[in-house]
Amino acid sequence: MKGTSLDDIIAAISTPLGHGGISIVRLSGSGCVALANEVFRGGDLTKKESHTIHFGHIVDPKTNKDIDEVLVSIMLAPRTYTREDVVEINCHGGYQAAGKTLEVLLSQGARLAERGEFTKRAFLNGRIDLSQAEAVIDLIEAKTDLGRQSAINQLEGGLKKKVYDIRDRLLSVMASIEVSIDYPEHDVEEETYESLKEKIGGLLEETNSLLSSANQGKIIRDGISTVILGKPNVGKSSLLNFLLEEERAIVTDIAGTTRDTVEEMINIGGVPVRLADTAGIRSTEDLVEKIGVEKSKQYAKNADLVLLVIDTSTPLSAEDREILSWVDREKVLVLLNKIDLGTDFDTTELDQMFPKENQISISAKEGTGIDALSERLKEMFLGGEVESSEEVRINQVRHQTALQQAKESMEKALHTVEIRMPVDFVSMDLMEAYEHYGEITGDSVDEALIDRIFSEFCLGK
Amino acid sequence: MSGYLADTCDVVVVGGGHAGCEAALAAARLGHKTILFSIQLDSIAMMPCNPSIGGSSKGHLVREIDALGGEMGKNIDKTFIQTKMLNTGKGPAVYSLRAQADKNRYKEAMKQTLEATENLIVRQDEVVEILTDETKTVCGIRTQSGAQYNTKTVIIAAGTYLKARCLYGETIIHSGPNGMMAANGLSQSLLDLGIRLFRFKTGTPARIDGKTIDYSKMTIQHGDKKIVPFSFENKAEDIMREQVPCYLTYTNEKTHEIIRANLHRSPLYSGVIEGTGPRYCPSIEDKVVRFADKERHQIFIEPEGEGTNEMYVQGMSSSLPEDVQIALYRTVPGLEHCQFMRTAYAIEYDCIDATQLKLSLEFKAIHGLFGAGQFNGTSGYEEAAAQGLIAGINAVQYIEQKEPLVLDRSEGYIGVLIDDIVTKGSKEPYRMMTSRAEYRLLLRQDNADERLTKKGYDIGLISEERYQRFLQKMADVEQEKERIYATGIAPKEEVQAFLEAHHSTPLKTGVKLADLLKRPELTYEDLAEIDPDRPALPQEVWQQAAIQIKYEGYIRQQKQQVEQFKKLEKRLLPEDMDYSEVKGLRLEAMQKLNVIKPSSIGHASRIAGVSPADVAVLLIHLEQKKGNTHG
Repeated sequence: MKGTSLDDIIAAISTPLGHGGISIVRLSGSGCVALANEVFRGGDLTKKESHTIHFGHIVDPKTNKDIDEVLVSIMLAPRTYTREDVVEINCHGGYQAAGKTLEVLLSQGARLAERGEFTKRAFLNGRIDLSQAEAVIDLIEAKTDLGRQSAINQLEGGLKKKVYDIRDRLLSVMASIEVSIDYPEHDVEEETYESLKEKIGGLLEETNSLLSSANQGKIIRDGISTVILGKPNVGKSSLLNFLLEEERAIVTDIAGTTRDTVEEMINIGGVPVRLADTAGIRSTEDLVEKIGVEKSKQYAKNADLVLLVIDTSTPLSAEDREILSWVDREKVLVLLNKIDLGTDFDTTELDQMFPKENQISISAKEGTGIDALSERLKEMFLGGEVESSEEVRINQVRHQTALQQAKESMEKALHTVEIRMPVDFVSMDLMEAYEHYGEITGDSVDEALIDRIFSEFCLGK
Repeated sequence: MSGYLADTCDVVVVGGGHAGCEAALAAARLGHKTILFSIQLDSIAMMPCNPSIGGSSKGHLVREIDALGGEMGKNIDKTFIQTKMLNTGKGPAVYSLRAQADKNRYKEAMKQTLEATENLIVRQDEVVEILTDETKTVCGIRTQSGAQYNTKTVIIAAGTYLKARCLYGETIIHSGPNGMMAANGLSQSLLDLGIRLFRFKTGTPARIDGKTIDYSKMTIQHGDKKIVPFSFENKAEDIMREQVPCYLTYTNEKTHEIIRANLHRSPLYSGVIEGTGPRYCPSIEDKVVRFADKERHQIFIEPEGEGTNEMYVQGMSSSLPEDVQIALYRTVPGLEHCQFMRTAYAIEYDCIDATQLKLSLEFKAIHGLFGAGQFNGTSGYEEAAAQGLIAGINAVQYIEQKEPLVLDRSEGYIGVLIDDIVTKGSKEPYRMMTSRAEYRLLLRQDNADERLTKKGYDIGLISEERYQRFLQKMADVEQEKERIYATGIAPKEEVQAFLEAHHSTPLKTGVKLADLLKRPELTYEDLAEIDPDRPALPQEVWQQAAIQIKYEGYIRQQKQQVEQFKKLEKRLLPEDMDYSEVKGLRLEAMQKLNVIKPSSIGHASRIAGVSPADVAVLLIHLEQKKGNTHG
């Protein structure tokens, strides 16, 4: 059974996301130093003393590209939090560095820790006092109830249906292989390498598209890609400064594809937002002016979100209307700025273009309206169900990891078919994939396969 | 009825079917006085249904029984009339050995073995009561004739005999299988002991006279030329014999019409039968109803033995009235003029809810009482024999106050079987299937000896001589593996030609022989051509070496899964644990745990209704208790 291993290697980001200058990715379990060493450049970690800190880089072993500059702490059992070997990787703060680091560790075979699992291990290994047992139980219980609920809620609509559907069709393929094995002389139509290739290939393709469209997960990991638009002097700069400074949530600067494009990751009330071309706004206060309409259009086109700032101290102008004429209104949040000036602003024209909930009154100067903005962002991008960014992120990574693993098992199955290994080996890979899909839907194989065999095939003596 | 004390022994076995025979032989061979009771001595080791042993996953069971020192493999090797290795194209894990048996000779040979075994008494009588003392411990049994036998243990292997009744159409016969007397006394005694009973149902097709069959309208099915013995102790050349063919034919629309027109006369559809039937061996009427769009169903004609004309009609099990049966059989090509010798029937019987048993097959509530075979709610000769062997061994372990023999799911199909029935229970007769075994690449029929011979030896059912031979074989396998890993193959002309001939990519540089063996398109046999220094080895040796190398990656993967699995199996839970006292368990989990009383955390995690969170709670509880006792 999955998820109940006692001492495999677990990993998680153990600092709250989006706050502070560093993020810590923690690993625990026997062999975790060697595992971290696989993605670390800057010396052989397995040869280091316990309780030492090492400078180096986390590298994606697949692409050989640097992910982040880090400090790695090595702590060997038993003098650690969990009483197992522990590695802590101090990354730069924010989502990108820690998230990518976690991702490569998972790809190397670490398992994403359940909520409270480090504590659970600390307890099971006798590190924590018995009196804390109850708290641990509460924690685990909370996790299952809440976790299960949110896991299902987040798999809304199409995605959820899709995983069930893929899993169901996979079960049929498995059943037809199994029936040919358990009833070798029955005149059931046996799967051929060609039919298997087609079916597995099809399911794999769908899994891939699911993975790429796992939008929520992507947003959580990468932030909502956002562009601030507005005519000159509308208050973009103060909005930016407010978001950056007041929230003190500058996480990291990421050099973009061109020298003048800089993206910044900020946290608006727990929702990660990636702002495009903040440098442009800062230096000239006017994106449109500096890089021209065409380029602004390009940014806006690629973004998930456009924050369109309108100055409420003056009526809607020709410049405002110009932007409104080409921007994709579906992804616009209108920010009615300068409400602190108390001017009576006529929204009739805007009301025709945008629903009320997408027009938010703010004062960038005084910092009012930001809560409403973040609430709306949650509703728009996270289904409004975010309790804390951590909770969502974990579930998202979990799903994504499971899908990724399912995909890899399916690829193995396809390979097994292509090299024409006997069907039993295909079945092994498919079984594995089925379990990974099940981690998303919350089911296990068990009797489902046997039930399917008997309901789909006519067997008997 | 006035009773008398007839005898005293260590083990009483109730029933002489496939479970009872293995149980009695194991106990007696381990040096304990054993009495096997059979309601009718002529039914010892009877095969009341299909005339074959083995097949997918069942063949695995037989080989495991043999590796542990059981009898079924040897007995079928003595009495088979056709043998086949099935699934040879589907992977080494699912190769399945199956043999057609001469039913009479099978029975006779097994009975002779029982009679020749020291410490074993074979007795015809019906056991009607289990006697226990005030500590809920078995102390004896009483038979229909009023005799009392004192005993330390009882193994119930009553098969389908308990309150059995056979049905077809409106006909109801209060008998066990094949017209044998039913056992009507024991059920009440079990209920009095507080044991929960189920009512299950199964069925068998008609037997027809071979001389009235037109085989020319059927497809002949021969056995394999190359024989593979079931027993690891036998060599193919020693059991070679002339084989007898089977035949394949099909039902057709006419058959199905007759069935549909007469469905209302089936006791299954009219509601007379209450028992739960297995989905995997439905009657022909079931198949026609459930798979209405299927135009034809397969029928195999299998000989019941060489000394009889009776032919078994696999695929045509039925409980329709006799006249309907005859009419529908006669629609089948080749059976137009068939003469019935025995009518098909459904049989209903009492069996237990196996969740009342421990993994040792001892009842949780009654010390010294064991259950095995169809009585435990399973189906099939092989499943029965496997449980009989384990129950026999564990009755002895109980008497000798030793740890019971429990195979886990990574050690054998026997382990999967027993774990499944005592953990999940079954709503229908349980049939072994390869899809039930999660580590089946490790549980191959070819390596059953590697997995279990040592255990059989430690228990005392494998002789020193056999064990030494086994160790030698393992050493030989290792040596050949090392040679294959070490042997270099250079990209010479004849090697490239060989590869080309086998549609395999030519070599760029030198490789090891093992690298070529791992290519899916090349077999160990093929490679002989470019492996001139290969030693002459028996097939059982080179085959092991070849499988282990060829599928190395996959095998390693499963071994890793097993390691994870074992960690949870090693966290033991006390037998007397009261789960209502464990804080944090959900109600459903608590109730289930209190019924099943799992042996380990791993075992608990397989109970339906016990979630990973419950498992975590159990782990924490265990740790707390440990803390309390140590601190």
